[in-house]
Amino acid sequence: MKAVAPERRVTFKTISDTPVARVYTPEDVRDIDPARDLPPPGDFPYTRGIHASGYRGKLWTIRQFAGFGTPEDTNARYKALLAAGSTGLSVAFDLPTLMGRDLDHELSLGEVGKCGVNVTSLADMETLFDEIPLGEITTSMTINAPAAIIFAMYLVVAERQGVSWSTLSGTTQNDILKEYIAQKEYIFPPRPSMRVITDVFAFSTDAVPRWNTISVSGYHIREAGSTALQELAFTLRDGLEYVQWGVDAGLDVDAFAPRMSFFFNAHSDFFEEIAKYRAARHLWATAMTDRFGARDARSWKLRFHSQTAGVSLTAQQPYNNVVRTALQALSAVLGGTNSLHTNSLDEALALPTEAAATLALRTQQIIAHESGVTDFVDPLGGSYFLERLTRDLEDGAIRYFDQIDDMGGMVAAIEQGFPQREVAESAYRFQQAVERRERTIVGVNDFVEDHEPLEILYIDESAAERQASKLDDLRRRRDTDLVARTLDTLRATARTRDNLMPAILEAVRAYATVGEMCDALREVWGEYEEVATI
Amino acid sequence: MQSLDTGMGPETGRAGRKLRVVIAKPGLDGHDRGAKVIARALRDAGMEVIYTGLRQTPERIVSAALQEDADVIGLSILSGAHNHVAPRLMELLRAQGLDDVLVVIGGIIPDADVPALKQLGVKGVFQPGTSMQEIVDFINANVRTVV
Repeated sequence: MKAVAPERRVTFKTISDTPVARVYTPEDVRDIDPARDLPPPGDFPYTRGIHASGYRGKLWTIRQFAGFGTPEDTNARYKALLAAGSTGLSVAFDLPTLMGRDLDHELSLGEVGKCGVNVTSLADMETLFDEIPLGEITTSMTINAPAAIIFAMYLVVAERQGVSWSTLSGTTQNDILKEYIAQKEYIFPPRPSMRVITDVFAFSTDAVPRWNTISVSGYHIREAGSTALQELAFTLRDGLEYVQWGVDAGLDVDAFAPRMSFFFNAHSDFFEEIAKYRAARHLWATAMTDRFGARDARSWKLRFHSQTAGVSLTAQQPYNNVVRTALQALSAVLGGTNSLHTNSLDEALALPTEAAATLALRTQQIIAHESGVTDFVDPLGGSYFLERLTRDLEDGAIRYFDQIDDMGGMVAAIEQGFPQREVAESAYRFQQAVERRERTIVGVNDFVEDHEPLEILYIDESAAERQASKLDDLRRRRDTDLVARTLDTLRATARTRDNLMPAILEAVRAYATVGEMCDALREVWGEYEEVATI
Repeated sequence: MQSLDTGMGPETGRAGRKLRVVIAKPGLDGHDRGAKVIARALRDAGMEVIYTGLRQTPERIVSAALQEDADVIGLSILSGAHNHVAPRLMELLRAQGLDDVLVVIGGIIPDADVPALKQLGVKGVFQPGTSMQEIVDFINANVRTVV
């Protein structure tokens, strides 16, 4: 071995604390057989991509997450994003909506319209998509505990626009497991929550066949502090849990699995992220055949949206964030993402201004049209380093799958606090590494310098006031008896094993509010309370 | 594992006992990474930490502070609800005679809102990028040690 000059560190590790070698050679991938393990893109197990033509065939969807204030405010932002070149919509709801609370609940005070758009009833949904043709665009809605309710609202809006449900396409995140693990926007306990999710699977198979009924998410798990491996393993194991519950509910795996989608983080460690996406595709394809005997190729193909890592962006020197986002977006593209959101430079300070949101969108367009990376599929495939990293992540994920299987599955693991502890541990270790300056964050713990204050989007209480007056008006105008009857039916249905969607649709059509519908379900199922541990 | 430098011994605060800190997540926000990291950091620095968990109202937080004989209340708010939560909390603390409890807030707080929070009596506002050590030092420097 040649002697090498002293290096900057004793050990080099990825941001997930995985050691990496100086250089990788054919020796490092001896266990990988290209013919068996690296078939071309479009071929099982899809490590190199699910589409043979990759981005030559179709670019990823530019799907920028947006929402704030009133439905009118957000409707205007959606129109601006579409005009600027967004190719799909993505709805951010406020905390009262996410948590199934009306805006006049005591916990909603100060929260209305701050983190996303406030949607209290079907009326708000109609306003949100006013003059936006749901038959011509796809919408992803980041909604979990009340996902079935918001989905029903979208369906009724589409229906009233004259769009057939059989052609309607979009996504509801609808992933409660990661809420218990990371984002904590749950309402009900795990078992009834899983029931609603499988009801959505069953309902959509026939009624809304092109709808992505779930977006199994790792983004939030990563944002909560997990490593890349934990993000990969917990997300996929969540996915397998949903499939198991669907099968246990009597559904044919190939009837609903093709419409499952995924959502990953695009974090800072460039190559680790690319390996993670490739590992995800491989793991899902093999698990779907091995565990569930899925026969439809669409059940094997992992489709995913990704979002650049919000948690990596800084309040200090915010223009640095444009660079971070560009690199993260590039890694998602090199990993074959099917849909992408790029964060705005003011991410650590507030919801994005229109200018910041536009620049984030332009970042994707520059990668798509100027960088040339879209002209080949899986351009880094075959790299000794990347294939080693991909394989190691797969092996690590399988070890986590086994561990969680031994605990009795993901719901059981969550009840035992396992993934939550893993995430909290990784989060603490990362913060320590930053404070010891083992990990540099430019502008925060090194290269520190004052900067001009940025103009940010400031959301005051006027959105809450406007929504409150609309709600008063709604309560006066609607048929109170009808609302009460639909809520009774909802409660009654929740007590049986019947599919909830018809009852939810009726309550939605009667202009029951999100809070009223969730309260009806709270009465039947109770609320989940996490055991608070540090 | 390197423990955090407290600057003082672990025996501090009122009557020479460990500082007692209530860490709370008010409102609907469930993003608890920061709250949990800070809670652990304070514990490693020798403080007694009580984490209330999520979805706390100002009433419940003050009640916890009273019950736990807290020297410090740390609120974690990322959702923008601070202008609603902080005044309510400070008012309740005064009503309960808990004026000398040190109140600090961490999270997404726009610069424009900081002066008003300070005026209400919130002593420390920790925005993104604040280190665990800074918070430990701030608490140790600002907590009322008078019995």
